[in-house]
Amino acid sequence: MILVAEGLRKLYGEFCALDGVSLGVAAGEFVSIIGPNGAGKSTLINILTGLTPPSAGTVRFKEREIHGLGPVRLARLGMARSFQLVHIFPDLTVLETLQAAVVARLGRGTRLFASLARDRDVQREALEVAELFRLSDKLGALARHLPQGDKKLLDVASAFALRPEIILLDEPTSGVSTADKTAVMETLVAASRRIGLQAIIQVEHDMDIVFAYSDRIIALHQGKVLADGAPSSIQADQRVIDTVIGRRARAR
Amino acid sequence: MTGRLLVAAAAAAIAVAPLVASTYHVLLMLPFMAYAVVLLGLNLLFGYAGLVSFGHALFIGIGAYTGAFLTSHCKIRSLEVILIAAAALGALVAAPVGALCVRYVKIYFGMLTLAFGMVFHTFVLKFYRLTGGDEGTPFLRPSLLGRSLEAMPKIDYLVGPYYYYSLAVLVLATLCMWRIVHSPFGLCLKTIRDNPAKAETLGIGVTRYRFHAFVISAVYAAVGGALLGPPIGNVDPTLAYWTHSGNIVFMTLLGGFTSFFGPVVGAFVFIYLQHWVMSVVPYWRLIFGAILAAIVIFAPGGLLGLLEPRRAAVRL
Repeated sequence: MILVAEGLRKLYGEFCALDGVSLGVAAGEFVSIIGPNGAGKSTLINILTGLTPPSAGTVRFKEREIHGLGPVRLARLGMARSFQLVHIFPDLTVLETLQAAVVARLGRGTRLFASLARDRDVQREALEVAELFRLSDKLGALARHLPQGDKKLLDVASAFALRPEIILLDEPTSGVSTADKTAVMETLVAASRRIGLQAIIQVEHDMDIVFAYSDRIIALHQGKVLADGAPSSIQADQRVIDTVIGRRARAR
Repeated sequence: MTGRLLVAAAAAAIAVAPLVASTYHVLLMLPFMAYAVVLLGLNLLFGYAGLVSFGHALFIGIGAYTGAFLTSHCKIRSLEVILIAAAALGALVAAPVGALCVRYVKIYFGMLTLAFGMVFHTFVLKFYRLTGGDEGTPFLRPSLLGRSLEAMPKIDYLVGPYYYYSLAVLVLATLCMWRIVHSPFGLCLKTIRDNPAKAETLGIGVTRYRFHAFVISAVYAAVGGALLGPPIGNVDPTLAYWTHSGNIVFMTLLGGFTSFFGPVVGAFVFIYLQHWVMSVVPYWRLIFGAILAAIVIFAPGGLLGLLEPRRAAVRL
């Protein structure tokens, strides 16, 4: 198991956002977390990535307790993430954004007098990622000027540029037009194969995407794990159908 | 390419100024070059790391007082030694101050730097034996590259060897800063300015980078402060006063903090405009207040921002 969470509980005042969630993600798995609004999906992702401390419970990444490590050290250990709302660097270009991720990964950020433009390793890797995410023709565009879908793609691409072992994506296709969602997912899957990513965890609302790409699905409801299993078993789970997937999906 | 030509032309104009311009104007170039060094550093913090310091007069004061102390009390006249000592002391003081300040952002960072600046101002005002209190300490004429130049009339010294020495320091400081902002370090600073939370998820330690930027900017301010001393000949607490910190923030805004040379242009315009306005009306601060308001409202990108076309959607 690359990532293991045990007994996660998160209280916001009296509201219990997560209540005893345990899960494990093995190498090679593509895991989707589903659930209605307020089920605790984003809270779970934030706890798994060390952004929010749990009220109780533990998270271990590569056998190491992540409590107190913080996002910077987790990124260096091989964990990357993207956010539900796009997180970009508005005044940096696409190329600069990807270069920044590569610089951070290679630990070259403290090179004060080195020329970024002449750093071949950084250039090569940044261009590779841009190509994987079909951003090669927008290298010089400022991130704030990109269409919403490309902003999302750039956010995810910069996480991939870290060449992480595991990546946690909070709604990678939100804000992307329905027609483009499959293309985004295909890009993601191809990119993860290319960089040798070990596992993906995503929060996703679009059930077509969830069932098409996941090896395993975890359904959350009111802060608890409602079901955890292969897509076929989740699809047949009456409780999941009633609370998460809905009747329309069952009819498909 | 046009930019490079413009910079080369400006450097050439500065180099020939003593041969063609009046002594009055050449003398005004000395504080300009000193402030330009200060502002190159300040803008690493302001324009590149997104932190506005209202306390950098502290480091200007450290540089200037280092020179005054060494020349008056230690009989050390070498400007090279003075500049190195100023830089080292600037870094030494910036380390603890920066370590604390960079944990805060926005107005809290600004207020903390202001507070440290005020503490230092009180220190130089009250520690009379060390600093000369409100009378200050003489900054005796430094030797340049081992040459004493004591016998030379003061004006000849300032518009001749000292002028070119200052220019050389400015050119060196500019080249170093150019490398820094175009380095991987400079890129990481920009990510922190734009979105610190995202920068952290990429593994960029926000506090550490801000700290380094703070120390570098303090070193620049101290070196610039030391250069300010010889033309004045006396270093007093007004150099470390908080309004002085405000002035350098003004210069940065005036020229434009979004471009590399903006603050340098700001320093130039500020100094010449200040002297011109002072010669015309007694209330120069009134005029400058109005200019600052106009800049912030109508030209937030500063003077260089006005010259540039609006940033295009695609920039390659």
